[in-house]
Amino acid sequence: MVFMNHVMTVSEINKYIKEILSRDIILSMVFVSGEISNYKYHYSGHMYFTIKDDKSVLKCVMFKSNGSALKFTPENGMKVIVKGYISVFERDGQYQLYAEDMQPDGLGSLHLAYEQLKKRLESEGLFDQYQKKKLPYLPSAIGVVTSSTGAVIKDILNITGRRFPGVEIKILPVAVQGEQAPLQISRAIRKFNELKNVDVIIIARGGGSLEELWAFNDEKVARSIFCSEIPVISAVGHETDFTISDFAADVRAPTPSAAAEMVVPDKAVLMEYLCNLERQLKNLLAKNLEQKKLHYAKLMDSVVFRRPFDKITQEMIRLDNLNKYLHIGLISGIDKNKARLSTIAGRLHALSPLSVLSRGYSVAMKEETGNVIKSVNDVNKEDGVIIRLADGELKCTVNEKLHCK
Amino acid sequence: MLKGKSFEEAISELEEIVKKLEKGDLSLEDSMQMFKKGVDLSGYLSGKLNDAERKIKILLENEKGEIVENTFLEGE
Repeated sequence: MVFMNHVMTVSEINKYIKEILSRDIILSMVFVSGEISNYKYHYSGHMYFTIKDDKSVLKCVMFKSNGSALKFTPENGMKVIVKGYISVFERDGQYQLYAEDMQPDGLGSLHLAYEQLKKRLESEGLFDQYQKKKLPYLPSAIGVVTSSTGAVIKDILNITGRRFPGVEIKILPVAVQGEQAPLQISRAIRKFNELKNVDVIIIARGGGSLEELWAFNDEKVARSIFCSEIPVISAVGHETDFTISDFAADVRAPTPSAAAEMVVPDKAVLMEYLCNLERQLKNLLAKNLEQKKLHYAKLMDSVVFRRPFDKITQEMIRLDNLNKYLHIGLISGIDKNKARLSTIAGRLHALSPLSVLSRGYSVAMKEETGNVIKSVNDVNKEDGVIIRLADGELKCTVNEKLHCK
Repeated sequence: MLKGKSFEEAISELEEIVKKLEKGDLSLEDSMQMFKKGVDLSGYLSGKLNDAERKIKILLENEKGEIVENTFLEGE
């Protein structure tokens, strides 16, 4: 039959197509896999994108109510599986996939969310090695953030008790999975930092699936670990489980038991080391004393102490010799001088005016002044004159001057 | 002088003393003094090691929002 005279409007035909599609059971819930492109996150909160395969594209929309529940952020190029229904946007005459849920194709959405958060926090520097603090060698108090029941706390208490019982343990109990867990865990870390009553914090949880460990991949938890001034050990899951708190923490322990081993030293080992040091101390003192004794004995043994007077007698002999030479020298010196003296005395005697006098010469002196008369002009007539002879003096008077020049 | 010294500090000091005595160039008086200090440190350290008393507390918030320390009983 030809409906030639039934002419429809655009709106009518679009509406008709929409109705047909809505009646199709398959199209009311489909799972479509493809690659995201032309992704636009509208300010309204709705997401518009297309998914494509190598041959064709399909327009999609995800409303805010559905999109906000996504644990990951969709990106262009991402391969996804979209769950939703096919319907028609009548205004544009466009059929599209109305997305109700989306999953990364290949990886779980949780896993993807984990990768995205890890990348983001890493680029912010939360995992930087140089930010990590050293664990105290022997803490006086340990803070433990974990469930107050179960095997984990038991293990931690047992192992620390075995290794070093004298260390105090303070437990802040938290939920380790579920919605409340991230908030409780991050609050507990901050509380210990406020109270400052522990030297190290262990956050611990036993093994489980990615969902069960999910609280330790939470951004709040990572940030409170990073901001903690007290060193934090992250001990979550089994050896092969890596959570974001492991990267943010100062130290990752592969298991809670490993954390208990690394947080305190083994008392028995330390005791033995201390005993060794004590023994060394005693031995060294004995050795030192022995050395000093030997040194002393050696000194005593030297010539200086065995024949201390040797030096003195040596010096005495030397002194005697010197004395002898001094004496000899002195005497010969005296004799020499004696000889010299008599030689000079003899010469002096020869020159003495007294010996001249004894040869008949006399000295005339003016009586008045006592001066020696050398010239006839020194005296006048009638002057008194003293004449000194070898054996005495004559008092005379000048009678006449003869030979005046 | 020794009180409040951390375990790590005390044991490092003891190691230093042993090193000094090993070198052997100390006077007699200094040797004796070092030895005595070493013995004191050793006593302090073994005291810390011998403390076997377990102090396990659980921290709970009371109605006022304050943290209260209670003794932790395992299996609670």
